[in-house]
Amino acid sequence: MAKNHRNKNSIPSRYVLLILAVICVIMMILSFATDIMSVPMNSAAGYIIVPFQKGISRAGEWLYDRTNDLKTIKDLQKENEELKKQVDDLSITVNDLQADRYELSELRELFALDERYSDYNKVGARVIGKDAGNWFSTFIIDKGMNDGISIDMNVMAGSGLVGIVTEVGPNWASVKSIIDDDSNISGMVMSSSDNLIVSGDLELMKDGYIRFSQLTDKDNIVVRGDQIVTSTISDKFLPNITIGYITEINNDSNNLTKSGYMTPAVDFKHLNTVLVVTDLKQGK
Amino acid sequence: MRRYLIVAIMIWAGFLLQSTVFRAISIAGIVPNVLIILTSSFGFMRGRKEGMVIGFFCGLLMDIFFGDIIGFYALIFLFIGYINGLFKAIFYPEDIKLPMILISASELMYCIFCYVFLFLLRGRMNFPYYLVHIILPEIVYTTVATLVIYRGILYANEWLEEYEKRS
Repeated sequence: MAKNHRNKNSIPSRYVLLILAVICVIMMILSFATDIMSVPMNSAAGYIIVPFQKGISRAGEWLYDRTNDLKTIKDLQKENEELKKQVDDLSITVNDLQADRYELSELRELFALDERYSDYNKVGARVIGKDAGNWFSTFIIDKGMNDGISIDMNVMAGSGLVGIVTEVGPNWASVKSIIDDDSNISGMVMSSSDNLIVSGDLELMKDGYIRFSQLTDKDNIVVRGDQIVTSTISDKFLPNITIGYITEINNDSNNLTKSGYMTPAVDFKHLNTVLVVTDLKQGK
Repeated sequence: MRRYLIVAIMIWAGFLLQSTVFRAISIAGIVPNVLIILTSSFGFMRGRKEGMVIGFFCGLLMDIFFGDIIGFYALIFLFIGYINGLFKAIFYPEDIKLPMILISASELMYCIFCYVFLFLLRGRMNFPYYLVHIILPEIVYTTVATLVIYRGILYANEWLEEYEKRS
């Protein structure tokens, strides 16, 4: 009986370990060097996992909405008052801005510069899953190749940059957010057009900050609160998308460059829907 | 056949839960790692081979959706499954201590691997920070989740073994 059992599973497990480990290493090399692994695997995963993630996140959203309904009236009244005050403030700002805008559009016409991001083609998508581990912040959206999404497309929410599509299946895509520890973006200070590098950092993620570095600002023009946008020299990110605002700025020890922290323009804790910009920086 | 099906469903459900529902109940942004619980418990309940195969597929799912290259997580989970399989000889279903220790140790191993290969190699030296803010909370939360989930896995496995004995 014992012998019989042994025969059935005749390969010793350390060989199975070796074989599977070799398969892993081969897959790593293949996926590092080529794309051939990702297409079949991504489509298979798209049919097994994604439809259910969609369902669960729909249900979750529904529950969230219901709990929100139960928010007390008092809170809402208070909020209403605050908002009214804010409306007053904002309408003044809007008036100012409208005047500016009129001037701006005139100037734009003169320069034939109409590359604002309102002109980009965008596809709305729903966030249906977040990274299963705790080390990185990528998430899954419910649009994929079938909706015209491809790798390296920029992802926005509201008015700010969220991240970039890193992987795509037939009906899903995974997005690496700008607060991910592995993310590095070439940015630009809007007021002075100085370039800098924006990089996510796991250590700062809990405080809601991201890091920036290598800012050359000889004349000390850049101050706290300055808006940082994607730079024109980035090869993957479209220009002039808001990344965030500077919260802290320090001189580096080399006295040539500056670095510090910035607050992203997007609220990453409550990200439910995003916009995928279907224009690529390097047009195909 | 039935075993393959049930285990596949468990991996599938574990991954789904972890990437959706558990995000909503996360504490300080940390979610318990169900895939480690699955890999580890099948490892010491069923031995090295099954631990390895289940680990391989759990890791592969992580790779497809969240990994930069395919095969990295698969390799980590593969080793975790194998090492847990070595403890099959001293495993008794009534004993909860061994599973808890093994699952926590597997989780620690997984975190250390992640730190060394994905962070340390990119020059992120501040290990104490990651230990306190990511690794320890993840271990604690996973161990707490083990108390709930492990019962289910144990029950499913006993039911399957019973079924296999009869047929």
